[in-house]
Amino acid sequence: MTHRFQTLVVGSGPAGIAAAVCAGERGARVGLIDDNPSPGGQIWRSRRGQEGPDASHDSEATRWRARLLNSAVTRLQGWSVFDQPLLRTLRAERNGEVADLRYENLILATGARERFLPFPGWTLPNVVGVGAIQAMVKSGLPVSGKRVVIAGSGPLLLAVAASLKAAGATVLCLCEQASLRQLAPFAFSLPATPGKIGEGLRYRLATLGVPFHTSSWPLEAGGDTQLRQVELSIHGKPRQLACDYLACGFHLLPNIELASLLGCGVTNGAAIVDEWQQSTVPGIFCAGETTGIGGLELSLVEGQIAGLAAAGQQDRARSLFARRNKLARFAARLAKAFALRPELQSLPGDSTLLCRCEDVPFGAVRRHRSWRSAKLHTRCGMGPCQGRICGAAAEFLLGWSADSVRPPILPALISSLAAPQAAHETSLEITEKA
Amino acid sequence: MRNNAAERTVEVIINGEPSKVEPGCSVAVAIALAGLPCRASITGQPRGPLCAMGICFECRATVNGVAHSRTCQLLCEPGMDIRTS
Repeated sequence: MTHRFQTLVVGSGPAGIAAAVCAGERGARVGLIDDNPSPGGQIWRSRRGQEGPDASHDSEATRWRARLLNSAVTRLQGWSVFDQPLLRTLRAERNGEVADLRYENLILATGARERFLPFPGWTLPNVVGVGAIQAMVKSGLPVSGKRVVIAGSGPLLLAVAASLKAAGATVLCLCEQASLRQLAPFAFSLPATPGKIGEGLRYRLATLGVPFHTSSWPLEAGGDTQLRQVELSIHGKPRQLACDYLACGFHLLPNIELASLLGCGVTNGAAIVDEWQQSTVPGIFCAGETTGIGGLELSLVEGQIAGLAAAGQQDRARSLFARRNKLARFAARLAKAFALRPELQSLPGDSTLLCRCEDVPFGAVRRHRSWRSAKLHTRCGMGPCQGRICGAAAEFLLGWSADSVRPPILPALISSLAAPQAAHETSLEITEKA
Repeated sequence: MRNNAAERTVEVIINGEPSKVEPGCSVAVAIALAGLPCRASITGQPRGPLCAMGICFECRATVNGVAHSRTCQLLCEPGMDIRTS
């Protein structure tokens, strides 16, 4: 199966939805592809069985959902892009089906993932990410009456504490690794971005009653076949808590594998873009967290600029520059406030697994001089996640930078890799354009 | 009412045992509700979802015969055959 689009958008979170809607406004043929079952990405992830993004608390989500559903954008949900077998053609897979997607312009809105750091016991079932537990609740996991410890770093911790409480969970405590001193300038800078004040206050009020500790982090998760208790370091003092879930993530990292595969320049783990959100490869744009962690509002603005620029509406795109630049300054303060402290580098012991796919302990990896050498000798980073989890951890723990990206960027069936190109499509496309 | 309630559950088969979940439930959550890990690691440790967004591959299982499916990205469908390892 081959689809042809003037603009193809990869990722249907806020940035991707905004990009697709804007790119398609004047009738261009636009496709939106994503590996999740429905649009919304992580932050607007739909609640069980809903067709569009979760709109229960957010009028912005409702508006964009309506614009997407009323648009002529072709939505391809549940498809994972894994390769670019030909110039301007992406290949994707869904349940053993394969599809080629030809494009003139491409917008990458591949979002972010959580950064996970290894500590003893982190591989036990029910030790999950912070965004992960929220996603699982939205996917039907009942947490009413469950005891949850939230730990790690970033604004997501507070937001998820609020939503878990709303779902009936007992949030035992929230441990943020950053110090109060580190966070204070961030708190004072909130008035500079009015949209964030309400957001911050709402979370704070809803989490009232949850002990909030700064300069605190998990030391060890314990249990036999699943999590039973955690040991935390709270202001330097160890403390044990029995719990059902440990939700732990250390802020977010851009998903740049596809951008890297396509040759887009990357700096500090994020895709490089110009004022039009165009990457270093002409015709390929990047928007949202792919270009650096900036949050929902910045993602929406970047998505609109990318979509409008791809559709040739530079004047309308330009009118959004001032707002984007203001939000980007907020993002820079955010990164500073939640920077990881060096003490976290000593969380894993030598026997703590670093690579969960290949079960490689940290001690075996850190004997090597580089990520490449460690991979070749220990197989770390060579399992199905292709180092997405342990590579990011090794970067923080050992200061190593990751390898270049090679196709397929996700495990794919041999039949999908070997599927022939639909040879007649090129002539069809020329006929249609003529 | 009882009929409506019945329509509002989806029956999947997990390791040969029928299991009822609500519509829109992910396969990863259905496995968790059945009290099972998704997979055994290469050294035999039980593993469940870590990222729940298709990145970490810890939640993989065999779904309708497709091995290594990321169960966090799949919604339960009636009669779905789910096998953990």
